[in-house]
Amino acid sequence: MLAEFWQEYGQMLAEGTGTTLYMTLASTLMAYVLGIPMGIILVVTAPGGLKPNAPVYKVMDFIVNIVRSIPFLILLIMIMPFTRLIVGQSYGSTATVVPLVVSAAPFIARMVESSLLEVDHGVIEAAQSMGADNWTIIWKVMLTEARTSLIVGATIALGTILGYSAMAGTVGGGGLGDIAIRYGYYRYETNVMLITVVLLVLLVQIMQAIGMKISKKLDKRITG
Amino acid sequence: MGADENTIIRVENVSKTFSGKDGQVEALKNINLDIHQGDIFGIIGMSGAGKSTLVRCLNFLERPTEGHVFIDGKDLSGLNEKELRAERTQIAMIFQHFNLLMQRNVIDNVCFPMEILGISKAKARKRALELLEEVDLADKAKSYPAQLSGGQKQRVAIARALASDPKILLCDEATSALDPTTTKSILALLKEINEKHGITIVIITHAMSVVQEICNRVAIIDGGTLAETGTVLEVFSRPKSRAAMKLVYPDGGDTSVAEMKGRHCIRIVFSSNSSFEPVIGNMVLYCNAPVNILLADTRDIGGIAQGQMILQLPEDEQVAARMIAYLRERNLGVEELDGYVG
Repeated sequence: MLAEFWQEYGQMLAEGTGTTLYMTLASTLMAYVLGIPMGIILVVTAPGGLKPNAPVYKVMDFIVNIVRSIPFLILLIMIMPFTRLIVGQSYGSTATVVPLVVSAAPFIARMVESSLLEVDHGVIEAAQSMGADNWTIIWKVMLTEARTSLIVGATIALGTILGYSAMAGTVGGGGLGDIAIRYGYYRYETNVMLITVVLLVLLVQIMQAIGMKISKKLDKRITG
Repeated sequence: MGADENTIIRVENVSKTFSGKDGQVEALKNINLDIHQGDIFGIIGMSGAGKSTLVRCLNFLERPTEGHVFIDGKDLSGLNEKELRAERTQIAMIFQHFNLLMQRNVIDNVCFPMEILGISKAKARKRALELLEEVDLADKAKSYPAQLSGGQKQRVAIARALASDPKILLCDEATSALDPTTTKSILALLKEINEKHGITIVIITHAMSVVQEICNRVAIIDGGTLAETGTVLEVFSRPKSRAAMKLVYPDGGDTSVAEMKGRHCIRIVFSSNSSFEPVIGNMVLYCNAPVNILLADTRDIGGIAQGQMILQLPEDEQVAARMIAYLRERNLGVEELDGYVG
């Protein structure tokens, strides 16, 4: 029976897993390309930051809050014209990456911000006393000292974006979420849906385990 | 300015006001200070006195609201960002909580100021090893700060501070997080650095013992103002301001003075070059009246024995005046305490 099941659905599930991974990794990567600079700007321009700048900070803070408060499904539909402009179509896995990035970047910006704020102010002051410029402080002090926290954040982001990508499946995004909806909801094939859920859980678990392992390995504050 | 040429740090009318939610706080009020080349200069005060703000004004981590700071005759307030950063590479700083980069190992921490200066990696590592040798930590080059004790971390911080070949080293409560034995060894290291490299050291502390141990000159900060400044010997043997007395005689002076309020008491200060003549005994014989010794104490200040004694004099004003005159004739520091409300 199991063999029969695999014969019928195996290839589809494997492809779905691949698509989900592709959407998750590609959008996380691009969201970080946007989110890291946004997070840095938030920290640097904040009152008491390296280069306080109230207008820049307030605008950035506002954008991040607005985008973060729009539910993902609504955002996905709202920006469809923009998606079409960039990808050429508004359905399929590549098209899903666009709303995923737009939605995840502000979330990542907040996580980067909070990681960077954890860096001991004394260490930053020490670097300033040595005559370091702000770039050096951002690169060599803040980002380096915060790397453990940044990696933990990335692990959380991956899990969240994976969840969002599954949600995008409901509107033709492809991947495991798409399979779950089509078979589980429209065709009442509960077992297929259950398998996709198991696969999603496994993916999150694996990402979580890898992320934690890397962050522990890189953290030099832990002795022994 | 006509300052003497030895002056390396000159603080001129520096005030610093912080404006917070509850209005303005005046952290420093009109401070004037001269620190000489080669000094180990102590800045001492109770917590909240403004000493940490003052030391941050010396490298402009805090910009004074008013006044000027001259380093080697160069006015810091006249410099732009870039020039200021260049100047800061000459003014190293160590901290109470060491402020090492926790994700870098010891040798990379020491290399950090040299990275900022753009020194090649090979050269920087060689110099870093020499410096670690100097602070006795060469064997820990590959360790991470989390694996070191407090004293070792401060040694790394000192090596790091020396990496840019600074002319000034600022120490902000550098020994306050350390135990007494470690404190002593760090202070000895600072003294060695001062002597060997001729680096001027400014030490911020709330502990009189630190000043006593290594400083040659001292400034006392109280409530944001400069209460007193002078050589350590002067300030310790004849504290003039209330703040200084409180620091020099934290338990002896103040409380016993309070008890003696209203009676005729004097404080006498002996230095080691006072004659071996039994002064008090002779005074009693000469005046033909007894005195009451309330407190006597000797301490070692910068290698010189300093004694102080508090005497209660007879009620008779004339006899008391004669006694004071007798002591002053013998060049002892005499200070009347009876008007003093402790």
